[in-house]
Amino acid sequence: MFRLAAKRLFINRNFSTKFDEISNLVKKNKVVIFMKGIPEEPRCGFSNAVVQILRMHGVTYDAHDVLENEELRQGIKDFSNWPTIPQVFINGDFVGGCDILLEMHKNGELIEELKKAGIISALSENEESSQSGVNKSKE
Amino acid sequence: MPHSEEYIKDKVTKGLKAIHVEVVDQSDGCGAKFSVFVVSDLFQGKPLLVRHRLVYGVLEEELKTIHAISLTTLTPEQWEKTKS
Repeated sequence: MFRLAAKRLFINRNFSTKFDEISNLVKKNKVVIFMKGIPEEPRCGFSNAVVQILRMHGVTYDAHDVLENEELRQGIKDFSNWPTIPQVFINGDFVGGCDILLEMHKNGELIEELKKAGIISALSENEESSQSGVNKSKE
Repeated sequence: MPHSEEYIKDKVTKGLKAIHVEVVDQSDGCGAKFSVFVVSDLFQGKPLLVRHRLVYGVLEEELKTIHAISLTTLTPEQWEKTKS
């Protein structure tokens, strides 16, 4: 009886530690992704798609390889209540997986989301400079 | 246990009262990978994130073994537009 209670307490504490850890991770940078592999070498087509989209927007970001860490792989799914990898966070908020990011990329929403986080997308810059003829890049 | 296209289609159709569902098994023998196209009234007024969550909710059990799934979630009106 006692042992069971102790065990449960341990599991709870363990879970909340992981939870805190991840909630710190997602806030560490304005854009944070959890993927299979690393940006230089994605090990899944979906993760690769996310990397390519962010590259097009010229975004710097934190990437965490879930294949390297089984606890993180399960932890991030529990944290965001989302069953698949990759997962994208902007400004600490869960944005979605590969399909959602792709859709946001296509309909221009991603540029807006990045702007809200204080990031000027390389794609919006192109738009501005081609419209005004002046390149205002200062970064 | 691998799932069939028919099984997924049936479950999504019932779970989301979908008027149209297409399921394609995209796994090359490596396991379970699906693309799922869903048209449902339930998506009305809901952002993409919520729509995907609805589909994931219906397939919760299956997602334990399906390792990748690609979703397209449209309302009947959006679906009409893609056809024209």
